[in-house]
Amino acid sequence: MNDAYESDEALIERFQRAAFDYFLQEYNPASGLVADTSRAGAPASIAVVGFALASYPVAVERAWLTRADAAARTLVTLRFFWNSPQGEEPNATGFKGFYYHFLDMQSGTRAWQCELSLIDSSLLLAGVLTAGAYFGQHTAVENEIRKLAQALYERVDWQWARGDSMTVRQGWEPDGGFFHYGWEGYSEASILYVLGLASPAHPLAPQSYGAWTATYQWENIYDCELLYAGPLFIHQFSHIWIDFRGLQDDFMREKGSDYFENSRRAIEVQREFARRNPHDFKGYNERCWGLSANDGPGISTRNIDGIERHFFGYAARGVPFGPDDGTIAPAATLASLPFAPEQALEALREFCDRYPRMTRASRLPSGFNPTLPGTGAEGWVSEGYFGLDQGVIVLMLENHRSGLIWKLMRDCPPIGAGLRKAGFTGGWL
Amino acid sequence: MRLKRELLENVHPASWRNPEPCGAYDLVILGAGPAGLLAAHGAAILGVKVALIERDLLGGNRLNFGCVPSKALIRTSRLYARMRDAPELGVPHPSGVQTDVRADMQRIQRIQTRLSRNDSAERLRATGVDVFFGAASFIGPALVSVAGTVLRFKKALIATGAHPLAPTIAGLAEAGYWTNENVFSLDALPARLLVIGGGPLGCELAQAFCRLGSRVIIAQDEPTFLPGEERDAAQILSDSLARDGIDIHLNTQVVAVHREGAQKRADLLSDDHRMSVHVDEILAGIGRAPNVEGLGLESAKVEYDRVSGIRVNDYLQTTNARIYAAGDVCLAHKFAHVADATARMVLHNALLRGRRKLSALTVPWCTYTDPEIAHVGLYVREAREQGIPVKTFTILMHDVDRAVTDGDEDGFLKIHIKEGTDRILGATIVARRAGEMINELSLAMSAGIGLGELGHVIHTYPTQSDAVKMAADAYYRTRLKHTSA
Repeated sequence: MNDAYESDEALIERFQRAAFDYFLQEYNPASGLVADTSRAGAPASIAVVGFALASYPVAVERAWLTRADAAARTLVTLRFFWNSPQGEEPNATGFKGFYYHFLDMQSGTRAWQCELSLIDSSLLLAGVLTAGAYFGQHTAVENEIRKLAQALYERVDWQWARGDSMTVRQGWEPDGGFFHYGWEGYSEASILYVLGLASPAHPLAPQSYGAWTATYQWENIYDCELLYAGPLFIHQFSHIWIDFRGLQDDFMREKGSDYFENSRRAIEVQREFARRNPHDFKGYNERCWGLSANDGPGISTRNIDGIERHFFGYAARGVPFGPDDGTIAPAATLASLPFAPEQALEALREFCDRYPRMTRASRLPSGFNPTLPGTGAEGWVSEGYFGLDQGVIVLMLENHRSGLIWKLMRDCPPIGAGLRKAGFTGGWL
Repeated sequence: MRLKRELLENVHPASWRNPEPCGAYDLVILGAGPAGLLAAHGAAILGVKVALIERDLLGGNRLNFGCVPSKALIRTSRLYARMRDAPELGVPHPSGVQTDVRADMQRIQRIQTRLSRNDSAERLRATGVDVFFGAASFIGPALVSVAGTVLRFKKALIATGAHPLAPTIAGLAEAGYWTNENVFSLDALPARLLVIGGGPLGCELAQAFCRLGSRVIIAQDEPTFLPGEERDAAQILSDSLARDGIDIHLNTQVVAVHREGAQKRADLLSDDHRMSVHVDEILAGIGRAPNVEGLGLESAKVEYDRVSGIRVNDYLQTTNARIYAAGDVCLAHKFAHVADATARMVLHNALLRGRRKLSALTVPWCTYTDPEIAHVGLYVREAREQGIPVKTFTILMHDVDRAVTDGDEDGFLKIHIKEGTDRILGATIVARRAGEMINELSLAMSAGIGLGELGHVIHTYPTQSDAVKMAADAYYRTRLKHTSA
């Protein structure tokens, strides 16, 4: 296919559909779990499952799945999470209504001795609530979906998640207890706080949100003023479920902006960084940009064209402070579509034109690095695909196309209630 | 050997005889570190009767165990790093580069000796200061005893400094470890070094020893280095340490140390993940505790705490109104320049009936890693906690021409202003010479000069401090945007 003659809509459809197929391919029909990556032996990621659950309604609306199929996939997933063991034992699936970051694809128990992840649980729960909001028909299956979605959300003990601190901790482990650090600075945790504040059973204290936002920094970078966060995914993940256009909390009221506009400005800074390309990485320019949390070539040092280059593995790459090893996260670039459609599409076409081997399958890898020689112009390319990348593409492209997820979640009571408790006003609220 | 002799002759002469006390002193100073020496010289200039008591070495931590030796070592280690990175500046790798830790230590001693001449016991005596060596202890509200002699005073200044905190780690004391008090007199470089603590001292020395050739592991019981500093600054430092080749363990505690023959095994715990590392030496740099023990503070009715030190009011008076304190013994900011500044305040308040306030000080500080991390004033978080709306102007060093030509592009300048004004609330600089650059912003803050005004100051071009001008220009552009909007 010659991408230059493909309409924007067709191009978007092609990449969105290919991204969605990940959830069909990496899915365990017994539990509904979805693998973190397409690599052999990868465990499930609970956040990826959340993205999958939110993607099934998209697939129904796009006629990629029948409603019955989507509902069946959803139900098996919710039943798994409802019935899986919750407790302090090290091989449980979760505790206090939260879940371990990674689960064994077959047994559904804690994998890799990972942490009980509060943010990844929040992304899972956002997907659960999306399912509850979408499957509203009065059939046995959809009734059970709604009931389980509500029950899973209400079971979560958000108060416990603060430990003895005002803000939510980043994780918990059976042997070590809470991580002794919380969220510092703007991050993807908005959805966590919104869901936690709205909990009918174990809500976060209203002041917890203020305690978190007290760490925000409003910066003028490259003549662009924004609430700073380096990696792109931070400016995207909560926006999958919340249409922040026109919504303002105390911080944004003070700054005369909103979080949607902020994400647009973050993209502006990303593009400007790529244009300036301070480290002289291959490929970077205004049409080829996007630093985020993604896979990388691995920790190594290589002398390339007389310059000693340091590469990283999976890392939260960001601008302008780094880390930056020349690895671009193309999924994060494409998922910027709702905020900056012209620029995101321009970048996608650039990827297709310059790196056709990388984009041939219409599915974007977690990372590629033209500076580190590979077999083609794209240089090093991450092996396989990552579920988070495919999920954010499906969902953000859908928000750009139809606003489906945003509209669904406007009518999801915890979202509105949580936003209000966090002090948001305006917009659709 | 000659240098060692001269150094000791300056900082604690073997043949020194304490003078006979002459009635009541206008000022008795306990401790001859930066604060004590500054106060002693100042009091002598004012022509008052002043006694200075030191239990160990004149010059205190700054000259003997802290700033001076560590910065000398850092200078050497930076040169090694520059030679390592020479190709980045178009220079082939120098051949035959070898480290020589004995030569490095000799250089440190040479520098200490030279600087000790400024504050030698003999020179102090010549300026009119009665210098007493010995452990000082208050024996009453206006009496202090030293080496069997009782001194009466009208005013006193406690400036006894601080000492390295000893980590409470099972087996560490038995296995032996270094602190900044004994790390600058080495005969050989350890092949493998574990640094405990990711604060300023730990980071500086971890980087220095790594660049000198040790394989360094650093364990920090926090998610970032330099807790309290800007998150981005800590991240850049972490990246820099990693590039140097330091094995970084954040969120990691050292829970036990065992001696195994000539080496030491340290057990590390990160959340619930355990691992062991084998090293030749361990350096602890987890902070410093005030020297308040054995001073007879109860007899003088001076309240204190073993962690936070001597309690002082905003005028640096202790709970005994005639006794003041300055420097590390009473302050959270344990820096030589703060000791110096607070000693000046005490001179003013104690001897000249001044009313200078601690809370009015603008205090910059710097961690001398590469890049350096310097800060002055409020952090954004602190300003927001005070209800002050903040805007930050950020300039990346990779946009500063001189930083680019120097190959010093890692870092940034952030200036925090009160929203709607150009009042500078604070600033953080991450740059190879951040410690030099921060002084312009300290001056601006102290003098009440706004960011807009700094834009009118012509900065020499090209310099790295041009970043300040660029921030001011960015500020002006926002003003122009608002005007034209």
